[in-house]
Amino acid sequence: MMKNIKLAHLGLFSALAIIFGYVESLLPLFSGIPGIKLGLANLAVLFMLHRYSFKEAALVSIIRILVIGFLFGNLFSILYSLAGAALSLTVMTLIKKYTSFRIFTISICGGITHNIGQLLIAMFIVQNTALSVYAPTLLISGIITGALIGLLVTEVNKRIYPPS
Amino acid sequence: MKKLKKNEKLFLIILIFLAFFIWFASKHFFTSTSDTISITINGEVFGVFSLKEDQIISIGDTNVCEIKNGEAYMIHANCPDHLCMEQHAIGKQGGTIVCLPNKIVITGEVSSNYKENFPELDAIS
Repeated sequence: MMKNIKLAHLGLFSALAIIFGYVESLLPLFSGIPGIKLGLANLAVLFMLHRYSFKEAALVSIIRILVIGFLFGNLFSILYSLAGAALSLTVMTLIKKYTSFRIFTISICGGITHNIGQLLIAMFIVQNTALSVYAPTLLISGIITGALIGLLVTEVNKRIYPPS
Repeated sequence: MKKLKKNEKLFLIILIFLAFFIWFASKHFFTSTSDTISITINGEVFGVFSLKEDQIISIGDTNVCEIKNGEAYMIHANCPDHLCMEQHAIGKQGGTIVCLPNKIVITGEVSSNYKENFPELDAIS
């Protein structure tokens, strides 16, 4: 029974992550700063990490990156997404495992490390460390987007699994 | 949020404080004046151009950069998202424009040539 629910969640949240990725490509949320997005798709990934474990979250994350990448992006956008997702998922899994931090805090750490991962891979691809001028902006935007996604996941989780 | 645990709260406060500290520090200590721009493609220097002359620079056949009134900005890019064209222009206060798809980085720099830096001083003396 538990396995069926997990399978359904995997499919449902992968689909949701892909839709979120598409919706987000339509509306530039933080239009003031080019290139900064809320990362709605990470809502699904974070939820999987929260409910299940690293394995399930990684699966949803990889599926969504590949599908969104092939539909709307290119090889490089897939590479950037993979780098950000790999670093943030690793860090979030470690924090979840070794501390009793709430999903809200975990999400903030994920937001920051996601941006750092993307910046590092961008510096590597462009072969220019001048990109590091974006680090402070990306740090702050990571905290803000991470907090928003964390709040959303907390609320979604409360509604799917109401505290009895 | 309901009551966060004490060390969790502390962790968050330190994190936010650190981020803002880095942000303010970079704003105050790492901004420099610039009078030239250096364009690199894939890590290799494409060219150095003065901000004083109005000019239009074709960077390869993918991007076009324009210098006008002492400010440099991207006016054309062949990628679909055009993020480089929306970034802040590079002026006297320096700055960086990045085109990730074409691996182009434009940074404001101070040219090492003093005379080129301050030609008006030379004219006065």
